[in-house]
Amino acid sequence: MLKITDLSVAVEGKEIIHDINMTIGTGETHVLFGPNGAGKSTHLMAIMGCPKYKVTKGTIFFKDKDITHLSVDERARMGIGMSFQRPPVVRGVKTKDMVAACLKGTGDGETIARLAERADLQDFMERDINYGFSGGEIKRSELMQLLAQKPQLTLLDEPESGVDLVNIALIGEMMNDLLEKNCPIPERNCMGLIITHTGHILDYVNARTGYVMCDGTIGCVGDPHEMLATIRERGYNECIQCFLGRIPLHE
Amino acid sequence: MSKNNTSKTFQYKAKAAAEKKAAFGEDLDLNKYSREGDKHPYEKDPAALPRETKETMLAAGIILDNPGQRSGTFLQLDNTPVHFSTQQEGVEVMALSQAIDKYNWLPDYMWKAQSVDADKYTANVELHDSDGYFIRALPGQKTIFPVQACLYLEKSKLVQNVHNIIIAEEGSELHIITGCASGSREEPGLHIGVSEFFIKKGAKVTFTMIHTWNPEIAVRPRTTTIVEEGGLFMSNYLLMKPVNNLQMNPTARCVGEKSTVRFNSILVAGKGTSLDIGSRVLLEAKDARTEIISRAITIGGSIIARGYIEGDAPDVKGHLECRGLILGEKGMIYSIPELKGNLAGIDLSHEAAVGKIAEEEVEYLMARGLTRDEATAAIVRGFLRVDIEGLPPMLSAELRKAVEASEKEVM
Repeated sequence: MLKITDLSVAVEGKEIIHDINMTIGTGETHVLFGPNGAGKSTHLMAIMGCPKYKVTKGTIFFKDKDITHLSVDERARMGIGMSFQRPPVVRGVKTKDMVAACLKGTGDGETIARLAERADLQDFMERDINYGFSGGEIKRSELMQLLAQKPQLTLLDEPESGVDLVNIALIGEMMNDLLEKNCPIPERNCMGLIITHTGHILDYVNARTGYVMCDGTIGCVGDPHEMLATIRERGYNECIQCFLGRIPLHE
Repeated sequence: MSKNNTSKTFQYKAKAAAEKKAAFGEDLDLNKYSREGDKHPYEKDPAALPRETKETMLAAGIILDNPGQRSGTFLQLDNTPVHFSTQQEGVEVMALSQAIDKYNWLPDYMWKAQSVDADKYTANVELHDSDGYFIRALPGQKTIFPVQACLYLEKSKLVQNVHNIIIAEEGSELHIITGCASGSREEPGLHIGVSEFFIKKGAKVTFTMIHTWNPEIAVRPRTTTIVEEGGLFMSNYLLMKPVNNLQMNPTARCVGEKSTVRFNSILVAGKGTSLDIGSRVLLEAKDARTEIISRAITIGGSIIARGYIEGDAPDVKGHLECRGLILGEKGMIYSIPELKGNLAGIDLSHEAAVGKIAEEEVEYLMARGLTRDEATAAIVRGFLRVDIEGLPPMLSAELRKAVEASEKEVM
């Protein structure tokens, strides 16, 4: 279980998210909606433990352990994995080396080849990680690494952005592998938290809880499909007016 | 080498340049180094050399015990060639002095590519009784295994003057691995190495040089290469061990159409090491191509990484890439990429970057479960890994091995 209590996070001294509460039970996948700049990525980065994202208040518990001040690699080794929205290019570090690092010695060349095939990235394994990759290739590469890493909590930051309609089904399938969609919920061991703008990904994953985040706070919690329908119909302006009680900035 | 065989003009020019400072690098006082030293005996079997010497040479890529995967061997201790042999027909490996005795046309190649009066170091080689290696691939001959050459500085406070001539005749293919090393771990010395390469029409030469000096040695290589039509010259330079002071700026001239030159350098400078290393390519013929790639890491030392490409003919293309990594608090990298175009229709580009390891990259790897140290090591290892297109797999593997062997000193 992931339990976040009254979490506030600052970046370079400026508080971006405020008093967030969130509980994701084992086997559950939750979805985070919100307009650009709402603080969604900051929230995920803070859960992952990236040092630039400073927790100023509150706690993060994962598997009943307080991880609020653990380093990013300690969290990764505890079973948290993240698909980054814009991962950096690391020159000289080959994609296959990254997958091998994620496997932590639990697989061999054959395992890596199988994962490459699953992600349709066979021709990319000898390339430097993310170097010259298209948006869709980056997303597939991120998911391939996570499939090797086998995290218990998967954080996905806009996994469908930049992905064409042909590849979105592949992305959806890989996410389902990660989140054990084909297992009954009581038997699942994995959790997921997904940021999505378009909601396309909801066609492929079983998400049971949705959140709308605006201005660094969570205003609504509910059924993600209903939320998405409302957002598609009325946009985020209604959310902003509803729970922040202000006129959206761009109006 | 007999001075009688070189023209009086060269002697005259060399005398005039005897005090001429080099364009770059610290000016060395040549009087601090001795030319005197015992002649070393010829070794018919290089495997008979002392174990320590062989181990040092091995670190520089020179295999003396069962050198089955070499097509020839040349060894020079201080100023004496002590062994030369070939294992493949069509490839000649010998001391330059012997080659001059054998071929009356050879003086025509002396100081043809490299100016004798470039500076006091080239002049010094001419003014003293300098020997070196002569390596030649006969027309159409293709070596399977590389020729290995080792220039070994044994005596302290000595100046080792070397003059090498390398000729790849038309349509030939020649791979050379050169290891330069010193015996003592602490004694000073000076190595001056003049190398003149002639890559004839359609010939291909790869030249892989590994330097394994000591923290007191000063080094002044002077290299010029002339590449004719359709020829390829590929230079791979690896310096990861400490040296006191090393300055070189090898030049390659693409004088034939569709000739190609590639320079790859991997440089590591620890505390006390001062490097001023560049590569210059002059694209003088139509459709000539070049690529210069330099990777420099300082762990407390000073590195000036130069690169210069000049386009003097239509449709030439060149790219220059200098990347520098500063590890630790101290150390300096000064990257100087230069491009000069002298006419329209040329395509020259460069990219240069100097800095520390990007924190974002470290965190990305840590998010996959690597510790900070493991992530840093993976990035440094990746930085040093230059995939060299066209290098035979065996040489690629040897270069990779040499890099890996030195990695722990960087970490």
